[in-house]
Amino acid sequence: MIFSGKSIKYGDNVDTDVIIPARYLNTIDKKELASHCMEDIDKEFTKKVEAGDIMVAGYNFGCGSSREHAPIAIKESGISLVIARSFARIFYRNSINIGLAILECPEAVDGILDGDKVEADLDNGIIYNRTTGKSFQTQPFPEFIQKIIQNGGLVASIQKGDVK
Amino acid sequence: MSMTMTQKILAAHAGLDKVEAGQLILVDLDRVLGNDITSPVAIREFERIGAKDVFDKDKVTMVMDHFAPNKDIKAAAQCKMCRDFCNEHEVTHFYDVGRMGIEHALLPEKGLVVPGDVVIGADSHTCTYGALGAFSTGVGSTDMACGMATGKAWFKVPSAVKFVLKGKLNKYVSGKDVILHIIGKIGVDGALYKSMEFVGEGVSSLTVYDRLTISNMAIEAGAKNGIFEVDEQTEAYIKERSDRTYTAYKADEDAAYDAVYEIDLSEVKSTVAFPHLPENTKTFDEIGDVKIDQVVIGSCTNGHYKDLAEAAEIFKGKKVAKHVRAIVIPATQDIYLKAMENGLLKIFIEAGCVVSTPTCGPCLGGYMGILAAGERAVATTNRNFVGRMGHVDSEVYLASPAVAAASAIAGKIADPMEVMK
Repeated sequence: MIFSGKSIKYGDNVDTDVIIPARYLNTIDKKELASHCMEDIDKEFTKKVEAGDIMVAGYNFGCGSSREHAPIAIKESGISLVIARSFARIFYRNSINIGLAILECPEAVDGILDGDKVEADLDNGIIYNRTTGKSFQTQPFPEFIQKIIQNGGLVASIQKGDVK
Repeated sequence: MSMTMTQKILAAHAGLDKVEAGQLILVDLDRVLGNDITSPVAIREFERIGAKDVFDKDKVTMVMDHFAPNKDIKAAAQCKMCRDFCNEHEVTHFYDVGRMGIEHALLPEKGLVVPGDVVIGADSHTCTYGALGAFSTGVGSTDMACGMATGKAWFKVPSAVKFVLKGKLNKYVSGKDVILHIIGKIGVDGALYKSMEFVGEGVSSLTVYDRLTISNMAIEAGAKNGIFEVDEQTEAYIKERSDRTYTAYKADEDAAYDAVYEIDLSEVKSTVAFPHLPENTKTFDEIGDVKIDQVVIGSCTNGHYKDLAEAAEIFKGKKVAKHVRAIVIPATQDIYLKAMENGLLKIFIEAGCVVSTPTCGPCLGGYMGILAAGERAVATTNRNFVGRMGHVDSEVYLASPAVAAASAIAGKIADPMEVMK
């Protein structure tokens, strides 16, 4: 899987309360959740995000609540991939389960600025900054996890018979 | 190969003699939990899987606590979706308004978790039950759905950090101060992906309720779980509530830990976490005049009877400062009733507090105490992220029930020692 888009960059400890504030958790409608994505940290996010864009962030991305609404809102907003220095564990698990691609790569976070054109090869764990011409290598996911992401999540994979 | 407490529980539930950190395993679940905001997503996924029934109607648990009693029409629809699902699948442990409480106070109270259990819950504070010697951890709604359908979940076996407790807490210092002290020390990702294991002679000086508060906030250090060794107090607590047989696990003497910290409980001081991370902790020698607008005493972290009693001791015969709104939320109906019978509610109301029915409400900025721009709250809750309790320009200061009560009276963040002088 290859993803490409412009980078939208944030700092450390981006928590699930700013990704999708709890006041909007009275719905499970994906589009409605996406319309409030990142609202409490970046009011411009929903205006500037375009399909395929790549979110880049620091340590402990997605800390806090277990709300799956957070990766759902990010994915539904059009973000194709999140690259972070590290992810909080429940967010990490939820992202794979709903089919949101994520990569841990501190070097790439250092080497990508907000707005840079980024391309990522998930199968091989390579991230390219097309604006600066630099590339970064990280550990790719094992094949079965890649398959879950490709299928659009754990439930879709079970439906397809890829996970038993 | 030696194992930690957590690893032993996971091995037993995976049908393995040994597991080691990093190993991927499939484990049998003793309980699968959800609430009124995470269960609707799980129900949608459960139906997509095409599962006909839940794996065990006695082991699936849903608690309507976050936006219940229903805060608006959408919240009402979400609770209805959960209610209909539980009726259809004859789920035994469905807790609705009138019987519900805040889930992580309710499950231990009802005897639904015993030592050695493996529990997953679609709520990050599911780690609370580690206080009872169980492995419990927060997951998302898809994991909850798969857990409800199959009774299983996969885990990467975690490594662990050990906390050796010694000594005894001082007056007005409680479990909340201990966990805030620890998070201040190791940071909000200080135990990322790991277990926090609490052992040592100091454990027995902590009540089960202090331990529930400590395990509850393990997630605030990024941990997968936070677990205590079982002792006589745990056994007495369980015996009153459950007749299930259980296993109390101890780590091997030579089990490997990524780090070991010694905590002398007698040196822990009243601690407050400043905005906007639980790791921004200060003690009173570093806190100046911080005027406040609201106090919240409650939540899955500090809504137990013991917490209310500690607050009541401070409120007794005193008044909440005129510019402060003080909100007290007993975590369960039983706690509410006991607080009424023992005169705590009278103390709160006479002091000028409002007392609410059990709900998560303000903790996550749902309702029942939302902050306006520029307002500050001292809360016994667990998170002080940007916008957590309301407007993005409001602030939450995390503290113990004693500090929260003292602050309500003083009208600023206050040391209970000073207010009670």
